[in-house]
Amino acid sequence: MAKTKELLFDPVINNNPIALQVLGICSALAVTSSMWVALVMSLAVIAVTAFSSLFVSVIRSQIPSSIRIIVQMTIIASLVIVVDQILKAFAYEISKQLSVFVGLIITNCIVMGRAEAFAMKNGPIDSFIDGVGNGLGYGAILMVVAFFRELFGSGSLFGMEVLPKVTEGGWYYTNGLMLLPPSAFFIIGFLIWGIRAWKTAQIERDEFKIAPNTKLKEA
Amino acid sequence: MEHFISLFIKAVFVENMALAFFLGMCTFLALSKNIKTAVGLGVAVVVVLAITVPVNNLILNGLLKEGALTWLSPALGDVDLRFLGLLSYIGVIAALVQILEMFLDKYVPALYNALGVFLPLITVNCAILGASLFMVERDYTFGESVVYGLGAGVGWALAITALAGVREKLKYSDVPEGLKGLGITFVTVGLMSLGFMSFSGVSL
Repeated sequence: MAKTKELLFDPVINNNPIALQVLGICSALAVTSSMWVALVMSLAVIAVTAFSSLFVSVIRSQIPSSIRIIVQMTIIASLVIVVDQILKAFAYEISKQLSVFVGLIITNCIVMGRAEAFAMKNGPIDSFIDGVGNGLGYGAILMVVAFFRELFGSGSLFGMEVLPKVTEGGWYYTNGLMLLPPSAFFIIGFLIWGIRAWKTAQIERDEFKIAPNTKLKEA
Repeated sequence: MEHFISLFIKAVFVENMALAFFLGMCTFLALSKNIKTAVGLGVAVVVVLAITVPVNNLILNGLLKEGALTWLSPALGDVDLRFLGLLSYIGVIAALVQILEMFLDKYVPALYNALGVFLPLITVNCAILGASLFMVERDYTFGESVVYGLGAGVGWALAITALAGVREKLKYSDVPEGLKGLGITFVTVGLMSLGFMSFSGVSL
């Protein structure tokens, strides 16, 4: 039981796929301008990661190692097609907004990385939980970024108005920068700073030490 | 001709793969520590994109689109295989990268040694699949897709080389503890991306 919990929650904070392992960043930036879109994207990624890990793990002893990448890719791509079709059928508006990024889940390094690093070596149930955990870690960052972007960019959360806008008689001047893609970089950058200030073990070491200045006059 | 030139400029600057759509970010952040690696990877991406986007265009128009199979038999006129798109594009990319690797190994060993480790990595680079998906979404013709593939590749290569240049200087600066490494790289890319946004006003 303790192991299950660890598998599920370790990737959310301690070993976050985005903030520590630098995986799956592409979509994290592009789909975070509103919380609904980010939520749908997180659910899609959680589903794909969990099930691809499960299926890869089930057939892991049958996969010849020389073609394992192709096999994993095929499993992932089929799952993404299913997710894409479901979104088109039941959430057409959001699927339009996500545009190519649903398809890009295939090349999301988190999915591939978990299949390769965890599911190939562990049992189906553990792999499934590990997939859910990593999906959650991804989703957590996505939701935090989307929270800030939507709140300050359009003064709303999940489309509900929170800060009344000036254009509609309120007092809040919307921050246009937050709706532009670069803001996601700043938010994730500072988020990593925050996480590392808390979990100091994650701080990256210097590649070298800068020697102190020996010229007294200039110092 | 003018149309192709403007498409090229648009793909390189205005719709820069890395800085406007954030595609290929994993490799973009992981392998931009020095300029030499960045240039190697950039060239590999240009080559692969310039080949895969047109090939996927042919696959789409010759096999997957509604009515595309009429050349086999008129009875297949209303078969729409577009839902198989994702699977076929990624298959084409993986296969082409493999073939390209073998071809370069045999005929152009100098280039193979230069690109070497980067080629297999490229299969899982989202910029490659992304460009093919954009090509589908925007309904490019074959000629347009050649230009778009090339332009998207050049844009990505330009962005990663520029970032590598910045990071090479950055390692001598005094960055706050927690922001070191990944954090400051994100902020740098954010600033670069802001810079590239100025191109978005250019109308072509």
